[in-house]
Amino acid sequence: MDQTTEENRLDLRGVLCPMNFVHTKLKLEEMAEGQTLEVILDDGEAMRNVPRNVKADGHHILSVHKLPDNSYKLLIRRGTD
Amino acid sequence: MSTQEEPVMEGLKAELRRESRRLRLDFNELKSGGFIKQTQKDLFTVRLRCPGGQVTADKLHLAADIAQRFGRGEVHLSVRQSVEIPYVHYQHFDAITEELKTVNWSVASCGPRVRVPTACAGCTYNPNGLVDTQSMCREVDRRYFGIPTGHHKFKISFSGCPIDCFRSREMDLGFQGVVEPKLVEELCTGCELCVKNCEDEALRMEGSLPVRDLDKCIWCGDCVKICPVDAMVVDRRGWLARVGGKHGKHPLFAYEVANFLSDDQAFSLIEATLGWYRSQGRGRERIGATIARLGLEQYIQEVIHPLGGEAIESPQERRRYWAEGNLYGLRGGEATRKI
Ligand code: SF4
Ligand code: SF4
Ligand code: SF4
Repeated sequence: MDQTTEENRLDLRGVLCPMNFVHTKLKLEEMAEGQTLEVILDDGEAMRNVPRNVKADGHHILSVHKLPDNSYKLLIRRGTD
Repeated sequence: MSTQEEPVMEGLKAELRRESRRLRLDFNELKSGGFIKQTQKDLFTVRLRCPGGQVTADKLHLAADIAQRFGRGEVHLSVRQSVEIPYVHYQHFDAITEELKTVNWSVASCGPRVRVPTACAGCTYNPNGLVDTQSMCREVDRRYFGIPTGHHKFKISFSGCPIDCFRSREMDLGFQGVVEPKLVEELCTGCELCVKNCEDEALRMEGSLPVRDLDKCIWCGDCVKICPVDAMVVDRRGWLARVGGKHGKHPLFAYEVANFLSDDQAFSLIEATLGWYRSQGRGRERIGATIARLGLEQYIQEVIHPLGGEAIESPQERRRYWAEGNLYGLRGGEATRKI
């Protein structure tokens, strides 16, 4: 039941803070309320900062999955403005 | 300028007394007020009362105007958040005091008194903030500003979270916001985000649930902020109190003495501490020196216990706040040198 399309997927491995959050934020802003975005983040700093800021912006983190290379896949639903 | 006070010398005192009679100024107000003698003859720095460093645009306009007319068209921002107007001739004190009244403003205190409290933005607009430091700071200023201690200056500060930007550790009394997290197990998805985000390594996964180590948690609330499904929630919120800090030639770091105080308990703590300092202090010592002389246990016994709050009693409980190798660790309650 994965509704994520190609356009709603961001691979931010190797992208540093705060640009990883900026990319995520811009992408979410393009999307309509309720749509979901899949983001892949490095462990460490990225995982400390991005989820927190995404949540503070009013979006919803639906799931967090660890990938084999120790990065994380987050499913984010766009919140209301 | 900001950390040096009481430079009023004898000759000057007499001169001021005469002058204040002529200008119908209250000499005591002048002495206690924030008029600080400069190196230049007859010139003073006027320190304005800015609790928490919040100043309305109206006040700021007036400060600029006063600086232009009575000073040298500049202000100085003190390390304790005051706007100060340097190069003011004492003959203008009267006029300045009157003008300040029009915007409900006054000068700050100097000398052995409760100083204007400082505070960060706290939760009002800082994302890290856990408590409303600004409201608390205003109220503490309203209640206790300028109260004579009988010994030395008394500084109070408020930080919104354990990052402690407002250095509650370096104050005679410092307050810092804390929250106690609680896990709602039914909601937890076991995503481990909270564990990753706890910089104090106070959380670990046991099975599919995060478990908190109560000896490591510093009550920062990061785990609550990060939890995507609101399974980690705030159980309680309050103030961590520290006492006996100071900077200066022989700085002292304050001791954590009570946790999760309500606003009312914090007021009571301030009042009880001031009373204790007034009766137990000697000469011109700061409360940190009084505590070093009498032992922290006595302060906790006489001030913290009667409050009925959650006392922090042992060095073990305090360890979580100290960095390894910090001079904190050297202090078992006794000062090793004159303070
Ligand atoms: S102490 Fe905390 S709440 Fe206050 S300014 Fe610093 S980070 Fe923000
Ligand atoms: S409150 Fe802070 S220190 Fe305590 S468990 Fe949560 S993140 Fe860790
Ligand atoms: S962040 Fe929330 S959902 Fe994830 S493990 Fe911690 S408490 Fe559970």
